Amino acid sequence: MSMLTPAALEALDAMRHVLAILLGVMVMAAILTVVERRLLGLWQDRYGPNRVGPFGSLQVVADLIKMLFKEDWIPPFADRFLFVLAPAIAMASLLLSFMIVPFTPAWGVADLHVGILFFFAMAGISVYAVLFGGWASGNKYALLGAMRVSAQTLSYEVFMGLSLMGVVAMAGSFNMRDIVAAQQNLWFIVPQFLGFCTFLFAGVAVTHRAPFDQPEAEQELADGYHIEYSSLKFGMFFLGEYLGMLLVSMLIVTLFLGGWHGPWLPPFLWFAIKTAALLVLFILLRAALPRPRYDRVMQFGWKVCLPLTLINLLLTGAAILLIAPAGN
Amino acid sequence: MKQASSTCGTSRDISSDPIIVALRQRFGETAVREQATLTKMPVVWVARTHLQEMLAFLRDMPEPFEMLYDLSAIDERLREHRREQPEADFTVFYHLLSVSRNRDVMLKVGLAETDLEVPSCIGVYPNADWYEREVWDMFGIDFRGHPRLKRILMPPTWHGHPLRKDYPARATEFDPYTLTVAGQEQAQQALKFDPEAWGMRREREDVEFMFLNLGPNHPSTHGVFRLVLQLDGETIIDCVPDIGYHHRGAEKMAERQTWHSYIPYTDRIDYTGGVMNNLPYVLAAEALAGIEVPQRVETIRVMMAELFRITSHLLFLGTYLQDLGALTPVFYTFSDRQRAYRVIEAITGFRMHPAWYRIGGVAQDLPRGWDRLMQEFLDWMPARLREYERAMMENAIVRDRTRHIAAYTTREALAWGVTGPCLRATGLDFDLRKKRPYSGYQHFDFEVPLGANGDAFDRGQLRLEEMRQSLRIIQQCVDHMPAGDYKADHPLTTPPPRERMLEHIETLITHFLQVSWGPVLPPDESLAMIEATKGINSYYLTSDGSTMSYRTRIRTPSFPHLQQIPAVMRGGFVPDLIAHLGSIDFVMADVDR
Repeated sequence: MSMLTPAALEALDAMRHVLAILLGVMVMAAILTVVERRLLGLWQDRYGPNRVGPFGSLQVVADLIKMLFKEDWIPPFADRFLFVLAPAIAMASLLLSFMIVPFTPAWGVADLHVGILFFFAMAGISVYAVLFGGWASGNKYALLGAMRVSAQTLSYEVFMGLSLMGVVAMAGSFNMRDIVAAQQNLWFIVPQFLGFCTFLFAGVAVTHRAPFDQPEAEQELADGYHIEYSSLKFGMFFLGEYLGMLLVSMLIVTLFLGGWHGPWLPPFLWFAIKTAALLVLFILLRAALPRPRYDRVMQFGWKVCLPLTLINLLLTGAAILLIAPAGN
Repeated sequence: MKQASSTCGTSRDISSDPIIVALRQRFGETAVREQATLTKMPVVWVARTHLQEMLAFLRDMPEPFEMLYDLSAIDERLREHRREQPEADFTVFYHLLSVSRNRDVMLKVGLAETDLEVPSCIGVYPNADWYEREVWDMFGIDFRGHPRLKRILMPPTWHGHPLRKDYPARATEFDPYTLTVAGQEQAQQALKFDPEAWGMRREREDVEFMFLNLGPNHPSTHGVFRLVLQLDGETIIDCVPDIGYHHRGAEKMAERQTWHSYIPYTDRIDYTGGVMNNLPYVLAAEALAGIEVPQRVETIRVMMAELFRITSHLLFLGTYLQDLGALTPVFYTFSDRQRAYRVIEAITGFRMHPAWYRIGGVAQDLPRGWDRLMQEFLDWMPARLREYERAMMENAIVRDRTRHIAAYTTREALAWGVTGPCLRATGLDFDLRKKRPYSGYQHFDFEVPLGANGDAFDRGQLRLEEMRQSLRIIQQCVDHMPAGDYKADHPLTTPPPRERMLEHIETLITHFLQVSWGPVLPPDESLAMIEATKGINSYYLTSDGSTMSYRTRIRTPSFPHLQQIPAVMRGGFVPDLIAHLGSIDFVMADVDR
């Protein structure tokens, strides 16, 4: 029993958190696929999946079984290595990002000082999933999808970072827990409204969700970068999209909506309710909006969002300097 | 039939027609030889040597013939009744349309079997391209000077020219079909796109172009339609539409179906148009038979055709917005269509393809309570249309995607043979229901919505407006449905009224013959055009005095609309192309026939 030193116990405890969170978000993402279809059904004047299990709740299982038994096909003209690597990157980069999310005061995987920066790094890496997938497929539609991703990424990654700098300046830290703590009295969505809007925009673009799904644009590119993927590899891209939604929602909750703060209810419940509300917003966007042309998205990014984030940063900086005690 | 008297006189003598007079003045007395027909337009035979000049003359004269409306051929070799017509084994006909005169003219060129060649008229009318290819494909007639005279509807590996009279019409007349591995390989090779064969370059200076196959299976091609794009990034340098995957040989089938039993085939030409398709066919057949239908029949036909215009436009609206990336509207428009189909089913007994019009009437009288059902639909729709307009057509993204996208002018539209909403979106007020009223449209009070920019937005908005006008027309039908019979009192009305069958043995025999063999329509030629859901649709029927048509030419609006795509899309983006495809509103069955 000499192995159960306090350090080892702590590590075991951390492992327990890691596993619980990993499983939790995976299951959430899977359930989300069905929730989305049911909600779309509700808004589109139809039922959605309602046959498997009560209210269609077991549709997830049916989908999983179907996906598992599909032929895992790699096209002969594909670059095998990158083709297999791409979906792994898609999943891994997103799952790693969940590391920095503080779910409750006690739950969370890592308490990094560079929390937000870590997310940016992972978001940067996740782009490679699409690029590799699109390139390695050896398919022209996939290539066009990859091309759109690289062009789009350039435009939103720039202001995505800047949009959060106001939050960082106000909290005085990149650490997620510090940021949550700084919102004890006032959620950052109020002073950082511009930052919230632009980050929401960038967040939707990061996940390639409608209306910024130009890289997969069903009607134009017939699914774009993952057109050649099947079976579990497709499943990883597919689940990756929902993991992305989940992640961005959780980040927005943490950065702008006060994280777990809220009266009466336990912290985790607050966190969950806020996240769910954002997820519904994501799905509603998809149900409600047509798809802008990808060059217009880029224009919007450069000409509207980037100046807005810069103005926001300037104003935030000025306000902090004005309010801060002199000589500090 | 009514406008026949107003436009070219009740007499079949057309020699005094101003167009013929003008042609005689320019090309000499003997250059044109008129043929009296029931087509409601001057039909003249001209010499092959004059053809190009005459077409150019007609295109450039004051109040010109702006549009080559149709071009096809007739295999005359088995035709018995050819009075007043010059000797010919094959006839190529050119149907020109003048918007400014609101008149048509048809030029015919007779060809001998040993010398099947005409000069190409692409230089005069650019849309002759596909029509000439179709004639080559179907009849084997050569068009001298055509840059790419290839098959268009049949596969490139096909043997024979199907619309020739010596080409069998039934599968049982062929050897059993076999496909070897080599044959499959050959067929697939033939589908490979060869840019050089289309006069395209693979690269330019430091740019290497990408050739992208859009279709035949693609979510936005609305059926089996293939477009090969020459791309620089996402910019379309050029594109080649490839059609024919939906070809059933509807025109050939007409030559082995009775006049009556062909009606269901027409439903499937523009398969979203339902009974609207029956209308030009029965109008043309009635012109041959000399039937005047009662007012009740006209009103019922108008009402059902307009109802189908609404269902077709609803389908258009949903898919158009879906092509722009809006997932939701299509479900709403489809549930509206279900409401329309409830009425259609109650009245006709079918939903999409009722085949409900008859030569001389309609299949049944309106059922009891039809007006209540129809009124329910009429009360339901306006609020929905307002909702679509507010939620989608006023949406900034929709506007951004469609405004000034894939725009063309009236001139270009006419030169490419564009008709219907796509033409009116350019601002030209040309709606057959107003300009050449048929089936009693002159009695209805409605407006013709027009666009201004001729862009993808106008084409969408205009159809939304057209649905409102159609609702207005249907409301008038409900309010003022005339009493009377649902079939014309005429010996050629098919099927004949059953009450007359059992009077005595003569009536029984007549009834039996007309139902089993079908009616015999007198030998002549007739043509009826209508403002169909997607543009002008017409049937040009040639009867040789038999129970079957000698030649049925179906001119559909979608065919020229697809031909125009490259001219509109050069320099556009791939997403713009998708917006354009959505805004054309075509179905491949209407293109390939």
